[in-house]
Amino acid sequence: MSRAPTAFAPGHDSMEIARRRFLEDTGWRRSRRATRDFIRRRPLGAAGAVIIILMILAAALADVISPYDPVAQDFLDSLLPPSVQHPLGTDSFGRDVLSRLLHGARGALLVGFVSSLAGSTLGLVFGVIGAYFGGKVDEAIQRVMDVLISFPLIVIAIAVVAALGPGVVNVIVAITVPVIPRVARVVRSSGLAVVRMPYIEAARSIGVQAPRIMFRHMVPNVFAPYLIMLTAFLGQAILLEASLAYLGLGVVEPDPAWGLMLRGQGMQFLEQAPWLAVAPGVAISLAVFGFNLFGDSLRDALDPRLRTA
Amino acid sequence: MQRYVIGRLLLMIPTLLGVAILTFVIMRVVPGDVVTLRYSGSGAVPQEVIERERAQLGLDRPMPAQFMDYMTGIVRLDFGRSLWTDRPVVEEVGARIGITIELAIIAAIIATLLAIPLGVLAAVKQDTWVDYVVRVFSIGGLAFPSFWLGILMILGLVVWFRWAPPLIFVPLWRDPVENLAQLIWPALAVGYRYSAVATRMTRSSVLEVLREDYVRTARAKGVVEWVVVVRHALRNSLLPVITVISLEFAFLFGGLVVTEQVFNVNGLGKLLVDAVQHRDYPLVQALVLIFSFVFVFVNFIVDILYGVLDPRIRYA
Repeated sequence: MSRAPTAFAPGHDSMEIARRRFLEDTGWRRSRRATRDFIRRRPLGAAGAVIIILMILAAALADVISPYDPVAQDFLDSLLPPSVQHPLGTDSFGRDVLSRLLHGARGALLVGFVSSLAGSTLGLVFGVIGAYFGGKVDEAIQRVMDVLISFPLIVIAIAVVAALGPGVVNVIVAITVPVIPRVARVVRSSGLAVVRMPYIEAARSIGVQAPRIMFRHMVPNVFAPYLIMLTAFLGQAILLEASLAYLGLGVVEPDPAWGLMLRGQGMQFLEQAPWLAVAPGVAISLAVFGFNLFGDSLRDALDPRLRTA
Repeated sequence: MQRYVIGRLLLMIPTLLGVAILTFVIMRVVPGDVVTLRYSGSGAVPQEVIERERAQLGLDRPMPAQFMDYMTGIVRLDFGRSLWTDRPVVEEVGARIGITIELAIIAAIIATLLAIPLGVLAAVKQDTWVDYVVRVFSIGGLAFPSFWLGILMILGLVVWFRWAPPLIFVPLWRDPVENLAQLIWPALAVGYRYSAVATRMTRSSVLEVLREDYVRTARAKGVVEWVVVVRHALRNSLLPVITVISLEFAFLFGGLVVTEQVFNVNGLGKLLVDAVQHRDYPLVQALVLIFSFVFVFVNFIVDILYGVLDPRIRYA
């Protein structure tokens, strides 16, 4: 009797090993393996994740790691070039630029996360409702979204800030509104395909209520485009926040916001103190860059149609 | 096809109407009006003076009446007079619209010239260092705020070439060279950002087409590689690229606000910011309507173009 080749024996073939490994790996070990795979396959995405983590740390530990108080003025030390005491120099009020940048990460992250999450989630809701009900409901939602999407963002922003006054919350509102229609469109088009699936019909035929069908059956199936849009808008929201601050809308001095630092000091002392214009711009770009790299890789991983071989 | 076109054109009406209503409401909900803003710096002004001025501008009339004026004005293409400068809105807009259109077109040309070669290159050299460099370059375009890029450009130009942002704009027809010299920097700052999306779209679209059977066939019958890429792959992947470039153009038109501010370009974006800050109702209403119209119209053109460029797409 010839023995079966060992390669095919149970416990030895590669499929079996992979299966065992998968079953044995739980919790930390599996996520560690997933992380390692992500780094190996998507180095750019991993680089993005590192930037994001560093930024979150900077925002969380801003009070601890900042060398100075971000709003403390010291006129004897104004417009100092970068040095050991002030790694990124000081502005015309003698405030330490590095400390202001670290504290500015808070506002940027807060606005970025909250407005893209709120905007995308509202977009998800409208998109799913439109796709599920179709007909007049869908038509009405689409018309409203058309209006919102073709409305210049800057008018919404100026109006919100003018009506509600300056402040982080109002900036968030101003950035959330334009995100809604863009996500709603994408979610709706995915939702239209999901609605025609037999499992939706099955759920309907056994009398499941509409909200439950939408929440339990449709939302999970349009979650990938939702997540992709959400990460895509994270970076954009940070960029928008900086743009609004640059235009003088939203946050006001002496808040350490990146866009605001570019607006007043950066432009005014451009020739004398170029570090005032360079540092906040690098911070904004790096943040957006990180979110975009990560979002890109996430999209590649979640959207099989675009997956690169 | 004809029915589709007419249907789409008719659909633009409710959208633009919605935009008009929204603008009207938003502007009047926002506290302060042009009269209070005009006197905001001049201490105590008798209430009668303010009331008289409001009456002169028609701001004391009931809202529905004001709205009817606005609507009938649109139909007659009469947008009224600016409340701030008292010049006709058409004149105010007419004086600025040229530069914004020109800037948008130059930026679009720069973006296209950057995006298509880079996108194709990245796709052909997928997963090599060339691809990574192009991708980082294009993601950078999305990450650098265009106003910051503008600031850095001004800084570089000022330091190295003693250049200064022009105070007076030279129109194209008077001195094309000078005109271009003034607009090239803001156009580059915007065009780079604009190219980013298009580059990425070109890359992914070419990648998709390169895996098609007819590309393999072309290669199998011995067609030279660059002919395969340009004639077979690029041509078939241009549709989404054209879409992205045109849609970005529509955004760009309303999105030049910040860049115009940095480079001190007196275009529609700057006009809009000033108008909103002055609560110049007729001017804001007209500008928002223009931006929205461009957006809706470009969208419409793109959809029609789809059918023309890709015969497989049929409109019911």
